[in-house]
Amino acid sequence: MKRELWKGNEAIAEAAVRAGVEAYFGYPITPQSELLEYMSRRLPELGRAFVQAESEPAVINMVYGAACTGARVMTSSSSPGISLMQEGLSYIAGTEVPMVLVNVMRGGPGLGNIAPSQGDYSQITKGGGHGDYFPIVLAPASIQETVDLMPVAFDLAHKYRSICCILIDGSIGQMMEPVKMPDMMPVERKVYDWAVSGAIGRERHVLSSIYLDVPTEEKINLRILGRWKEVQENEIRYREYYLEDAETAIIGFGTAGRIALSAVRAARAMGIKVGLFRPISVNPFPYKRVEELSERVKSLLVVEMNAGQMLRDVQTAVRQRIPIRFYGRLGGVMPFPDEFVNELQDLLKNPGKPEDDPVDLWYRRMMAR
Amino acid sequence: MATTIVNPENLVYSRPKGLTDMPSHYCPGCTHGTAHRLVAEVLEEMNLLDKAIGIAPVGCSVFAYNYINTDFVQAAHGRAPAMATGIKRVLPDRVVFTYQGDGDLVSIGMAETVHAAARGENITIIFINNAIYGMTGGQMAPTTMPGMKTSSSVNGRDVETQGYPIRMAELLATLDGAGYVVRRSLHDPASIRKAKKAIRIAFETQVHGLGFSIVELLSTCNTGWGLTPVDSLSWLEEHMIPVFPVGDYKVSPEVAALKI
Amino acid sequence: MQTEIFIAGFGGQGVMFAGQMFSYAAMDIGKEVTWIPSYGPEMRGGTANCTIVIADEEIGSPLVLNPPAVIVMNLPSLDKYESAVKPGGVLVVNASMIDREVKRTDITWVSLPCNEIAEEVGDRRMANVVAAGALLALMPILTLEDIEAALKAHMPKRHQHLLPKNVEALKRGAEYAKEHAIKAK
Repeated sequence: MKRELWKGNEAIAEAAVRAGVEAYFGYPITPQSELLEYMSRRLPELGRAFVQAESEPAVINMVYGAACTGARVMTSSSSPGISLMQEGLSYIAGTEVPMVLVNVMRGGPGLGNIAPSQGDYSQITKGGGHGDYFPIVLAPASIQETVDLMPVAFDLAHKYRSICCILIDGSIGQMMEPVKMPDMMPVERKVYDWAVSGAIGRERHVLSSIYLDVPTEEKINLRILGRWKEVQENEIRYREYYLEDAETAIIGFGTAGRIALSAVRAARAMGIKVGLFRPISVNPFPYKRVEELSERVKSLLVVEMNAGQMLRDVQTAVRQRIPIRFYGRLGGVMPFPDEFVNELQDLLKNPGKPEDDPVDLWYRRMMAR
Repeated sequence: MATTIVNPENLVYSRPKGLTDMPSHYCPGCTHGTAHRLVAEVLEEMNLLDKAIGIAPVGCSVFAYNYINTDFVQAAHGRAPAMATGIKRVLPDRVVFTYQGDGDLVSIGMAETVHAAARGENITIIFINNAIYGMTGGQMAPTTMPGMKTSSSVNGRDVETQGYPIRMAELLATLDGAGYVVRRSLHDPASIRKAKKAIRIAFETQVHGLGFSIVELLSTCNTGWGLTPVDSLSWLEEHMIPVFPVGDYKVSPEVAALKI
Repeated sequence: MQTEIFIAGFGGQGVMFAGQMFSYAAMDIGKEVTWIPSYGPEMRGGTANCTIVIADEEIGSPLVLNPPAVIVMNLPSLDKYESAVKPGGVLVVNASMIDREVKRTDITWVSLPCNEIAEEVGDRRMANVVAAGALLALMPILTLEDIEAALKAHMPKRHQHLLPKNVEALKRGAEYAKEHAIKAK
């Protein structure tokens, strides 16, 4: 198939269209607005639903309504907008209806800026809204990978009646890369035994997140958890690079992960036996694979565009077996590969102890710059 | 003593198919039951029970889905018009309605309501205005009238510090997307009959794709108001109707031309 | 193999377009490529720059600290990025907007009046294309024919009539660079 040069945000929109999205609701926010703009042109010409809503709370509740019909529905936003949606996300999780959420992350906290960041990792992987629930979170590192994951995201959302989040940052949204677009999938409205659609020829359906009877609510929570267990069992995704003979490894997701690929190649050119582990499903996190990796290498460098949010998951997997070094850039700063190479060289010289606090040591290095 | 009606021709009143047989949780004397019944009767008469999808709010009518016999979803506080938008856009041939109180619709859901109307969403809103937050214990609502005592305006609503009530029907009538905006009352049988007719026209507006429709229903909260059910009906008439006049605030020419 | 190009200037100078032109051409000859922009907060007239990475394998970082090929279209960009050019690399300077010499001696550079050359060709807005031609003359990452083919394949129909002038602008930039470039010491 022919490759075409696509801007990230527009490629994601087109990939969603081809994956059969039936309705998109959104609100403008940089750096994801091109996604909304693209949908505003594309969906009406296909006879599908598009609404530019009055606010992100309205957006997520439009998504909630459409999701209750069993339609393939999505929205996209960037960090502050995603925060505004947390109430609705919790309701959607509590009602057990499927949706796809794209977060094109930007620098924060607060209004922050419009530069690429990975500061929302903990918010989405650990819940975000109130109550116990577990969104599926996929963190691709290129436009092609994002495009390839769009149909997967819808399939997972529907299979597990779950929120599936595509977690990228502004750089992937704003950059251009050659992309092979998948073929257009037909829109099929499946009939679900839980969805509302009008009670034609059947008993009426009621969808709600209210369970005033406490033991019932506990049962529902356990049902949600049970589905999450299946996700953990079946939906682990990651990519490994140059790990066969690696003596040390970098772990990074999304853009930090792809920047690390350049660092790994540069370090290998210097004779350093280093590989890269790039989680793609960051929720469920590939704990087991990271644990196995920590049994093969002598040390790890975790790189992120945040203050060590994924690091906590790596530490859970590694359980102080080997030293971990952390390196992060904050507030919208995109690191250069050279910075990772420096960290790697320093790590090999001074690996430290497995029980060291990587965030504390990194913070001291940042403050000493 | 229960009485069985032997001859069907003697039956003058029964539970409409649009209501489930679940006993309601509403306080005795509350007009929610009346409003529910009117919606149920209209949906049944229009043969819409299997095409309608209701959206319940947060507030006293949070459990509307237990009583009105259609597919239902339950929204977050104030977000019912957004949820209705999502459903209607995906299922345009279904009839989508919300049932919301004044706290839900006028306070936290003001933006969703106004924008759904501005977009001309083909949805119907049944808006219960009883000038108070019922479920949470009788606090001041955005429709509480000047001087009215509530549990969060114990000396009466002081307009100097707590502002004025919002007249929703008048406000929404200014929007081009609205097709049918009226206010009715539930305080006596004649008013109830008029309210039912308005609900009918509102659903007809939607069925004919004529834009946003809303029926504001002045309702009682005898518990929250601290009155007997009967006294609260006359209190509504004496105190609410002067502030919230009953009437048609917008009937688009297309809606006016509907033959019902 | 991997090469990176960095282009900087004011918004409205065609910085982003020049980068996309390189990107399309690289894609069409089968390369991996990334194009990433960086904007100031203004929609027009602020600073704008973009980085293009062209490679034979999966591209890691879309940004590089020291790109080997740099075009600067205005003085603030020269002041900011002269030091970033990789030693041994190439720097193209738009003399129409920059009245100073390049200080580095470890890079090959050329200073050419892109705006005036573009005007001679027929449209001042092609200054970016002139600069692109100059860059490719000094660092043959892509051929002028690759660029021409890409313009032909990807320019919207309504702009196709500008193709001959764009090709002319490329060539004029390349010729000027070949004649006037100052080689790295």
